[in-house]
Amino acid sequence: MLVTKYVITSSESNILPSDIAMKIYGSKYDVTVKETCMGVTINGEEEVIDELVKEIRALDPAGIFIKDRGFPPGDPRRCRGRRGGGARPGFYMIESESKILPMISRALTSEGEIPVLAEKKRPLSPGRLQEIIKEDLS
Amino acid sequence: MAKVIVYPPTSTILSDLVARMGHKALVVPEAVRKLVTESGIDSPPLNMTPEEPKKGLRYAAVDVPSGVRGRMSLIGPIIEEAEAAIIVEDPGWLTGCAGCSRTNELVRLLIRTKGVPVLDLAYPSDDAEARVFVHKIRSFLEGLN
Repeated sequence: MLVTKYVITSSESNILPSDIAMKIYGSKYDVTVKETCMGVTINGEEEVIDELVKEIRALDPAGIFIKDRGFPPGDPRRCRGRRGGGARPGFYMIESESKILPMISRALTSEGEIPVLAEKKRPLSPGRLQEIIKEDLS
Repeated sequence: MAKVIVYPPTSTILSDLVARMGHKALVVPEAVRKLVTESGIDSPPLNMTPEEPKKGLRYAAVDVPSGVRGRMSLIGPIIEEAEAAIIVEDPGWLTGCAGCSRTNELVRLLIRTKGVPVLDLAYPSDDAEARVFVHKIRSFLEGLN
């Protein structure tokens, strides 16, 4: 079965989308590659893509993130060239998560003790608010 | 290898971390792929057939908006397949498949009532939180082995 995957690079990674694309062009794998602003889209047989994903990840294990994509690359139902421009549906999610990727990359490579986080302040619960009101009014 | 459903079901970070640690991430794009690449179905733009809202009826009543039922026809079968779940608190910027708040409430409810191990998290906002985030996911997934 043909599968499509996004290969997304962290903004702090030394690997560029073009590096990944060039590696795939120079590889033995029979896959379709489309370079994008945040990484590359690859499409091919499932077994081939699984093997390729391992090789791509080895370029920068902590800085390359891979996810599934439903539509094949250049699909007219999603390609913005056919839809009159604008961001492709689903781009916003990738864009938002891309901002967190550098932190996740650093966390994946970090060693040592896990920091203890201070408990975050939570909004007052309605029950506690009722208690305060009753105390003040009684 | 456990089948782990991630919420948001389109998350890059979660699906990557699950796959990286040797498990199978259950995500919406896989369900979408079956719909859009299956031969014999061709009703652009989304290749939805009358069967999809019917599948959605298993999870939401007929008077529920069709958008919820349509989404549930994709996400519902994934939930049934799940052996564990990672739920990240709604960050406020979910779009597309994950952009319907009512569907998201139903998805979280169905995951929690299914009785599989669930890890609740929030997206990190600094390095310390990111380390705790990754550590918790790693420990949770190692515990599934």
